[in-house]
Amino acid sequence: MELDKYDQALLNGEYGETKQKMMEILLALGKIYEAEKFIEVKSVQVSGASFKTIGDAGLSWLNTLSGKAVVPSFLNPIGMPRDEWQNLGIPDDFAKKQLEVNAAYTRLGIRPTCTCTPYYFNIIERGDHLAWSESSAVSYVNSVLGARTNREGGPSALASALTGKTPYYGLHIVRNRIPQIEFHIDDPAATKSWTNAHYGALGIIAGAISGNRIPFFTELRPNRDMLKSLGAAMAASGAVALYHVNEITPETRFPFFKKHIEEDDREVVEIEVSEIDELFGSLEADVVALGCPHVSEEELEELAFLLENRRVVMPFYIFAAEEMKAKHPDLCAKIQNSGAKIVPDTCMVVSPLMDRAGVVMTNSGKAFTYLPGMCKATPLLGTLEDCVRAGCGE
Amino acid sequence: MLIQGRSIAKGTGTGPLLITDTPISFLGGVDPKTGIVIDETHPLFGKSVAGKVLVFPYGKGSTVGSYVLYALAKNHVAPAAIINTECETIIATGAIIAEIPTVDRLKGDLPKDGIVTVDGTSGTVSFAQCG
Repeated sequence: MELDKYDQALLNGEYGETKQKMMEILLALGKIYEAEKFIEVKSVQVSGASFKTIGDAGLSWLNTLSGKAVVPSFLNPIGMPRDEWQNLGIPDDFAKKQLEVNAAYTRLGIRPTCTCTPYYFNIIERGDHLAWSESSAVSYVNSVLGARTNREGGPSALASALTGKTPYYGLHIVRNRIPQIEFHIDDPAATKSWTNAHYGALGIIAGAISGNRIPFFTELRPNRDMLKSLGAAMAASGAVALYHVNEITPETRFPFFKKHIEEDDREVVEIEVSEIDELFGSLEADVVALGCPHVSEEELEELAFLLENRRVVMPFYIFAAEEMKAKHPDLCAKIQNSGAKIVPDTCMVVSPLMDRAGVVMTNSGKAFTYLPGMCKATPLLGTLEDCVRAGCGE
Repeated sequence: MLIQGRSIAKGTGTGPLLITDTPISFLGGVDPKTGIVIDETHPLFGKSVAGKVLVFPYGKGSTVGSYVLYALAKNHVAPAAIINTECETIIATGAIIAEIPTVDRLKGDLPKDGIVTVDGTSGTVSFAQCG
């Protein structure tokens, strides 16, 4: 690999032992993926933030590190809300370990944003090179915003935070961003009435078929929340880090892209509307959990509207970034008047909140995919309106 | 006898070979306290990786597996070295943070057993030839 003076100095240990080791990780990845050089990244998003996922091993490693992030770096959701965990039944020993994890990341200069949607609070531009690791965020910034990042692991993202570098391979290179599989829907007219949950259901199916290929959808007209839902589910059921929706996502308008769409061969798969509809279940819910990925402004508004003058009759959680909660106190007050809880900093998958929670109703295709394995809970998919109705016992 | 490969994680390690042709998931597959393979479906089930030169195709499973390699090292039950057919992110990252010398893409055949030395810095494996 071609190294510049700074890369070489990092590797020689001139910036300390931690940064030396971090550069060794990036160099090994560069070799594995046959990168020719390192590039600078504009921002980093670090996963491996919940004690539930990284455990004692991860925590003890973090505690050996020193140094500070050199680019804006955001932390993924942690295993509980930073401030109000006592009221949620989070076990004390878990909370203690989680606070140690937070302290370790903060010491390293990783901002404790604790969200999987840092793109709502930071400007990400088309063509920006990033090193992000949370799979749904990677999918969103690549596909919807046109930035460029591979799906990093926790340690490799941290390595980029502390060095500002990433190896130049994979999705950083434009020619590697062309679709490899194309999806059609048998009844495109039916998709006009689809909600976020339908796009999540489509993502569950399309992600499993795609594996790590780049999907291309035609005929769909999703808004940004629907795109978020689709991408998050495909990243969970498959390993999709980038997808395109014709004439909707930014790169599909590039002449280079259009040329490849016309000339390249790729597998074409048809998905039936009935396959999507079948994923919506009819069990009795024990808990409602929304906000996977964390809710947008529009989703918060819709929830405030739907929950006004209603009363929930079961645990009803909405996961959000602390920053979103702070920005919209009025909407949050309306929502919480119903008895629903807005829980910041964490989510249904990485906190112990949903462990063995019985039937968990959600509008998220990603949560639907992860709840059985990560929480030993039974997932139930419904639209946002279905979730509100069920949560209010209607 | 010296075989050239590719350097992944630096340092040298010597130990008896422990070879499998099945990929390993360290998270859930190897006990971080004892170094014993606890995945019942794995051919190395019940064997200890501690102090061995562990030869396997590549890592699989959760990326948290990198931290398990670190935990093994901290508990003094890590492999002495790792040889992969084709190293990937989980093992490369874990080997570097755990300081386990690691190489891949060997341009020659290893013996079936015996003691070998892995030099992760130069990317080589050396061993005495018997007979």
